[in-house]
Amino acid sequence: MFAAASEDRRQWLKPLVRILREPLGALGIALVILMVGGAALADFLSAFEPNKISPRDRFQGPSLTHLLGTDQLGRDLFSRVLHGGRIALSVALFATAASLIIGIVLGLIAGYGPRWLDNLMILLFDSIKSFPTVMLALALVTLFGPSLTAVVVVVVLVNVPGYARIIRTQTLALKTSEFVTAAQSMGASTARILRHHIMPNVIGPLLILASMDIPVVIAIEAGMSFLGLGVRPPTPSWGAILNDGFTAIRDTPWIAIAGGLPIILTTLGFTFLGETLRDVFDPRLKARG
Amino acid sequence: MTVLTIKDLNVTFSTEGGDLRALRDVSFEVPERRIVGIVGESGCGKSTLINAILGLLADNGRIDGGSILFEGQELTALSAPKMRDLRGQRISTVFQDPMGALNPVLSVGRQMQNIQYRSGLSRAEKDARSVDMLRLVRIPDPEHAWARYPHEFSGGMKQRIAIAMALMMEPALLIADEPTTALDATLEVATIELLQDLQQQIGCSVLFISHHLGVIAELCDDVVVMYAGEVVERGTTRQVFNTPRHPYSIRLLECDPARQAERTRNLPTIPGEIPDLRRRPQGCIFANRCDRKVAACDELPPDVAVGDGQVARCILAEAV
Repeated sequence: MFAAASEDRRQWLKPLVRILREPLGALGIALVILMVGGAALADFLSAFEPNKISPRDRFQGPSLTHLLGTDQLGRDLFSRVLHGGRIALSVALFATAASLIIGIVLGLIAGYGPRWLDNLMILLFDSIKSFPTVMLALALVTLFGPSLTAVVVVVVLVNVPGYARIIRTQTLALKTSEFVTAAQSMGASTARILRHHIMPNVIGPLLILASMDIPVVIAIEAGMSFLGLGVRPPTPSWGAILNDGFTAIRDTPWIAIAGGLPIILTTLGFTFLGETLRDVFDPRLKARG
Repeated sequence: MTVLTIKDLNVTFSTEGGDLRALRDVSFEVPERRIVGIVGESGCGKSTLINAILGLLADNGRIDGGSILFEGQELTALSAPKMRDLRGQRISTVFQDPMGALNPVLSVGRQMQNIQYRSGLSRAEKDARSVDMLRLVRIPDPEHAWARYPHEFSGGMKQRIAIAMALMMEPALLIADEPTTALDATLEVATIELLQDLQQQIGCSVLFISHHLGVIAELCDDVVVMYAGEVVERGTTRQVFNTPRHPYSIRLLECDPARQAERTRNLPTIPGEIPDLRRRPQGCIFANRCDRKVAACDELPPDVAVGDGQVARCILAEAV
């Protein structure tokens, strides 16, 4: 009975192979690895401190010493971009994980709990959703001041209603399904039913959706930092670099490019990966393959 | 010894159109090691009865009167956690639709592990027990079937797996809610024979719900005939099938296609409809469709004992 375990492991590799076979998927994975690798190895890849000010070297164009040039304070942009990647990716990872967990829990409660609670939560989700992201960000920053935490809170607030709604709808559909009734009649508690029977059934589509939301999260972080609502200077962030370059875009375009390019590449990478994931895992699209 | 004794059970649902009395004064017994069949048309309260026994009535339903005695315990007074401990351990259920009764994303082995979580066995022991149960219900190659997912099995196999799961904790009572309705005729026979075998081996009682008279006659020791939320007749299978005393049972048996002596284009039916349970008649529930109705039928008829253990809720039961 346990011989099947190794078969299972090979089954897990199959989707990866299928992703790599798709040109877009392979490109997505390559871009993601490039950005994640760059951020992780930032200290080894760059000879310069990201925050070291060197007035003599300011506004230098790209060269072999400064691969992406320097900014108005003479800081090495390549190093700042790599370190900015850490901020972007860790915000994306942490905020998405937090949104997922909160979204799943709230969705399960709304879907499985009593009707009045469901109505109340839906009202709450819709109210949050009706705020434009930037307004929400501005409001929160006015209250708590600009920080990375504010960015994470905004992302969670923006993502959770959507995730929770998806989980809620599927939970509602499964709540009355026969295997849930069967589990109930076999003595399973509510917590057990939610954990063992409902969650594994609803989590798949959400994970794919979340992977497609990562670029949105990165854009939110960059956008907030661009507007001065995110990380505080001098901490490097792609949005902040973009803002530095924005004022001097006519004379020294490489600063804006150094800030914008990683945003574009990362966003594209995760989007390609997410879309390929969706195609690979959605059984309705399988027939076409 | 009786495993389950239901006495004067009443269940009411509050609906927008008023209170709906789904069960009225339902009484019957499930003796030890016997198979009791419940027969009745759709909407007669079979499912409500099961849910009432299991303590799983919908939120708008309530038990207002009567008792459900299971192994000496009064179930209507049992707390929710106590009731949960009973389900799956002492009372098990097999449902109608084998396609839906198994969780599609968990392997069969995982689900069988899950059911045993109260057993205190180690994981390896649980798995060994699962494989034994799969073998018992004649799933080929149980060591490998254990790791497969529900969609990899046929409908009949899935129903056998559901039976294996239900019997895993060796319950005192197995409730089978139309377990063969979704299966074709060949599988139906095989499943019935399997149930009979397992019931003998495990020594449990079975409450078997079906609207298939042939299956009931074949499988059950006792029969309970339900109509519009009431037990209109009960007795041994022989009694009810050979000498039915309630006009509804008589008409119901007449309608069984298997009992037609001649080939006919138009199968016999019982004219009329089930009364609206929100405005239940004061008297006999079957009166508006009964061809033997007399004036006295406007009052609630008593349960009349006719012969040894046979009971019919009809004032004319002895005369019929």
